[in-house]
Amino acid sequence: MTIQSAVHSGPSAAHGLTLFREMLGIRRFEEKCAELYSVGKIRGFLHLYVGEEAVAVGVTQALTPEDAVVSTYREHGHALARGVAAGPILAEMYGKVEGCSRGRGGSMHIFDASKRFVGGNAIVGGGLPLAVGMALADKLRGIERVTACFFGEGAVAEGEFHESMNLAALWSLPVLFCCENNLYAMGTALARSESQTDIALKAANYEIPAWPVDGMDVEAVEHLAHHAAESVRAGGGPCFLELRTYRFRAHSMYDPELYREKSEVEEWKKRDPIANFVSILRERGHADEAIIADVESEVARMVEQAVAFAEAGTLEPEEELERFVLSEVGQ
Amino acid sequence: MTASKIATRTTYRDALREAIREALHADERVFLMGEDVGRYGGCYAVSKGLLEEFGPERIRDTPLSESAFVGAGIGAALNGMRPIVEIMTVNFSLLALDQIVNNAATILHMSGGQYNVPIVIRMPTGAGRQVAAQHSHSLEGWYAHIPGIRVVAPATVPDVRGMLWTAIENPDPVLMFEHAALYNMEDDLAEDAAPVDLDRAAVRRVGSDISLITYGGTLGKTAEAAEQLARDGIEAEVIDLRSLRPLDTETIVASVAKTHRAVIVDEGWRSGSISAEISARIVERCFYELDAPVGRVCTVEVPIPYAKHLEERALPQVAGIVAAANRAVTGGG
Repeated sequence: MTIQSAVHSGPSAAHGLTLFREMLGIRRFEEKCAELYSVGKIRGFLHLYVGEEAVAVGVTQALTPEDAVVSTYREHGHALARGVAAGPILAEMYGKVEGCSRGRGGSMHIFDASKRFVGGNAIVGGGLPLAVGMALADKLRGIERVTACFFGEGAVAEGEFHESMNLAALWSLPVLFCCENNLYAMGTALARSESQTDIALKAANYEIPAWPVDGMDVEAVEHLAHHAAESVRAGGGPCFLELRTYRFRAHSMYDPELYREKSEVEEWKKRDPIANFVSILRERGHADEAIIADVESEVARMVEQAVAFAEAGTLEPEEELERFVLSEVGQ
Repeated sequence: MTASKIATRTTYRDALREAIREALHADERVFLMGEDVGRYGGCYAVSKGLLEEFGPERIRDTPLSESAFVGAGIGAALNGMRPIVEIMTVNFSLLALDQIVNNAATILHMSGGQYNVPIVIRMPTGAGRQVAAQHSHSLEGWYAHIPGIRVVAPATVPDVRGMLWTAIENPDPVLMFEHAALYNMEDDLAEDAAPVDLDRAAVRRVGSDISLITYGGTLGKTAEAAEQLARDGIEAEVIDLRSLRPLDTETIVASVAKTHRAVIVDEGWRSGSISAEISARIVERCFYELDAPVGRVCTVEVPIPYAKHLEERALPQVAGIVAAANRAVTGGG
């Protein structure tokens, strides 16, 4: 699609409901994850995306099934928006062999080759060089595909961010960089870690077209992501989106949130990407109580089925512990 | 050299370049990437002439961004290519350690077998050229600690020719350590030189009195020590490990079970080293076969110094290997 066509034809009701359903699916899925964590079904680190759903849902609208996604350790939302099935994602957190990664990765390492979802990467900035290389492979073979790379604003302090920006721009590689600026690298506020807090400007300094966008507005994100992804796909080199967002919950399940005021969180919650989008859909006459209730129950079923799938899952036999250290054909 | 109708005298460097050329011709997924591999021709001239033959897309000069270009190699491997990434020297590989250890080594297992990483990461290693502490270390043993990668150290001209291609065909990350002192080494290379597998050590000299276990840059010194020992009537078996991960324990055990004595020669430091690992395996498997304590000849535990006499003193030398072997054989302990 083009930017014009979306504007001229007006937002469609069906598409609006899709965006709503996808965002709500992430929200309800993760609320369930938090619940399951508190009863010990999920262990390890669990980083929730609540508040940031418009980013994943908006960006992935611009991707085709052939495109690839490289993600972070806060990736349930990216995975769900990409179409990775909720059951295997949750089974992964349960440590079950039916999980996306056979229970070897957990919450932070969701992989699904069938969706070209190349991992949750839990080293901040560690996924950027991988995305650059994936894009290089496509360029070398003349395949018109986009590699979308999600990372947080904390990653811009890493050398790998700067090396990757330079390399992607220097070689004009088809990467869509998606910086989720939620203002805190764990507990460190952006202004406490960066001399220059304008992140899009940093990317622009590498000659990469870069735009900030309201990451709480799913349609704004989608609109810009389409524009950027088309440019990348057409061979225009990398593009950079700075998605200004906020996480409503703690960094992980261990975070007492000493570094930010409750009032700040409450202020941001007024910009809840889902609640606000529902209001917009209502104003347009695209949603009413009955429709919203339908979407809620559809999502509730999805979550319920995911829990049932994870609960019914089995543990990988311990004898298989050493499988996949090296490829089986190579051993 | 094995008997072969046609053999040409060639250097380790030229054999390696020929192996890379052959791979570039045989498989369009192969490309070479690294600092100064193109216009400069490679820091050690390994890739000289390849840019002219294959062009800048496949002989790709990179900025000084080890983490990004090694990571990009891993990403390209994840996406169907067969990259060869050259790092200028082993010390610089530390700038890419995150990508090697946290990504290349983990992704296959962490993804439950979905994504393998068929990359070859080559780098010079070792000392002996008076280039001091930031260009001389031997960290291959350190990499051999990491599950999920293969670590090879070809020590001969036929091996570097034969192992590179096997490494490229391997579905997993292979780190190839080329001792910088070997690039000018000459040997006969058969026209039909065979591929060399990545799993097995080679017995370079057969002997019955002691097993000298080494790899890479110290193979030559160890072989020379074996000749000196032979003049004194001590027949040493020389084992070239070739691969540090996996370690060919069976070849080591078979040799020590025969000779009852072992000395390990390693240009790495002694503490927490591959020589310590080999020693432990010998003790685990051959304890009751041993007639003497396992000996080790390693680099003195200092950052490698510049001054020639100090550098030579720091590194394993023939005299030290002979002395260690004599101690083991005469029962001096």
